[in-house]
Amino acid sequence: MTNAEPLLRVRDLCVTFPARRGRPPVRAVDQVSFDIEAGRTVGLVGESGSGKTTAGRAILQLQPATGGSVRLLGRELTAMSRAQVRGMRRHMQLVQQNPYSSLHPRMTIAQILAEPLTVHRSVPSQRIAERVAELMTLVGMDPAVVPRYPHEFSGGQRQRIVIARALAVNPDFVVCDEPVSAVDVRTQAQIVDLLHDLQDKLRLSYLFIAHDLAVVRAVAHRVAVMYGGRIVELGDAARVYDSPVHPYTRNLLDAVPIPDPARQRAKLAESSPEPQFRGRDGETGPCVFGEDHAAGGMPAWHEVGPGHGVSCRFWPPGVTPPALKGH
Amino acid sequence: MDDRGTLLQVRDLTAQFNLDGVPSRVVKGISFDIAPGEAVGFVGESGCGKSVTARAIMRLAPEGSSVEWGGRILFRGQDLLTLDEHEMRDMRGRRIAMVFQDPMASLNPVMTVGAQIDDILCRHTGVSRRAARRRTVELLGLVGIHDPALRADDYPHQFSGGMRQRVLIAIAVSCQPDLLIADEPTTALDVTVQAQILRLLMRLRRELGMALMLITHDFGVIAGMVERVYVMHGGEIVEFGEIDALFAGPRHSYTQALLAAVPRIETARRTA
Repeated sequence: MTNAEPLLRVRDLCVTFPARRGRPPVRAVDQVSFDIEAGRTVGLVGESGSGKTTAGRAILQLQPATGGSVRLLGRELTAMSRAQVRGMRRHMQLVQQNPYSSLHPRMTIAQILAEPLTVHRSVPSQRIAERVAELMTLVGMDPAVVPRYPHEFSGGQRQRIVIARALAVNPDFVVCDEPVSAVDVRTQAQIVDLLHDLQDKLRLSYLFIAHDLAVVRAVAHRVAVMYGGRIVELGDAARVYDSPVHPYTRNLLDAVPIPDPARQRAKLAESSPEPQFRGRDGETGPCVFGEDHAAGGMPAWHEVGPGHGVSCRFWPPGVTPPALKGH
Repeated sequence: MDDRGTLLQVRDLTAQFNLDGVPSRVVKGISFDIAPGEAVGFVGESGCGKSVTARAIMRLAPEGSSVEWGGRILFRGQDLLTLDEHEMRDMRGRRIAMVFQDPMASLNPVMTVGAQIDDILCRHTGVSRRAARRRTVELLGLVGIHDPALRADDYPHQFSGGMRQRVLIAIAVSCQPDLLIADEPTTALDVTVQAQILRLLMRLRRELGMALMLITHDFGVIAGMVERVYVMHGGEIVEFGEIDALFAGPRHSYTQALLAAVPRIETARRTA
């Protein structure tokens, strides 16, 4: 896969919200770059307001990007017309958080699942019922329940229906934005299992956006940590979770409660770190790693291991990076 | 029970709703105790009756519904279910206080947070406005709000989610209750903010010597916070015990299933 372009390639993606009520414009997504290979999952984690949802929407062209490039299946999405983007929608789909508001309450499951098939003309009309039944089976539900309405189903079942709708058009890439944060823990585990099975079966690629780091660990091959609109650390899940380099990543991982009384008590007994992260925009001179990006015109990004990188921005004052190989 | 005695004794508590004339029992005769100063957890999935149980102690019916309580809720030996509304109002906020999941919905958007706390202090402790404000500033400082004297004049929307939850905790502890009930107090918050709020609750419990009833669906949250835990399912307590023992060896199959489903940060992706 070294010469071939990955399924999704995002480069320097920026989304700026215009100035409002005397406030300066907000850079919600700031030079975000990453790849997703076919059949793989990238987890995007960060706290509310970090820009992870906006990044997901900008990749799907649901939110205009103010800069950068998004290439899916080798085609540049940001330069496309609306009609062309609409044509690309059968390759890219979205699964959202709330299984209560993302299904039309007055449409039956059959109608909900048939809609994308009709819109994208992906199957001939006489085959729609058959395809709907197929989709229900695919997400582990009984095809006989399709005449029912969304309110007749539990949160977990609704989330399965939302996933079935996303898969109706046979997409290659699905953005899952907090797909399991509104359901109970046992249902959560079932949905995560389902997403795994579907990925194996259909070679799907996922961008899995979540604030729950434990869930992301369970699904992601690679993890990107967002803070203040930027990716501050990106690498294989094992590396990012087991040997995080960026202080923000450590901060985030440290805060995750552990379902083990002795360890969790010890954790809470430690004093709460409240580091003040500082953006280093417009700063001149060397960064925390001793490189001068402004002078060299280079991105503020440092490889710390194979496929593992960190940003030299947003380090709390006084924190020096751990000794790194190659630096 | 240990030698601390009992603060709260709940016996055969039932809660019955009327849904379109059809009675539906969501809490089915549960009994439990909380000792003074003790931290007790209630875990379970949505709809298991844990929140309704918490609300029963405050005698608050879930929004837009009427509920019939049964059984006994003995608080310092006094049955809360037999108190009239006036007596109960005195109990609420003063002896028993509650913090909810959604801090924005619990605050008045058109009043400064300081004025809201002042009001409660005046009503419950009968102090002057001036003395109340002094105490309000003290309380905001206690829950870790910087520049409390200045922030008291801000409106709820000027606070972040975590800061709003701190304000609600300040309100809840304002009259030094004997029992603080926290219903999913960190569910809507970011993980770093969650850790701060949990630490704050621990510190306040220690400093004010109050008992804590923590309701959550999150086994990670419950693990570090309480001494004993009750697991609820379908309106019943299916298992209870010391927190360490319950995590080490859950007996009931439901508890086992719940614990097995908890995602762990150390556990990597299932390999295909």
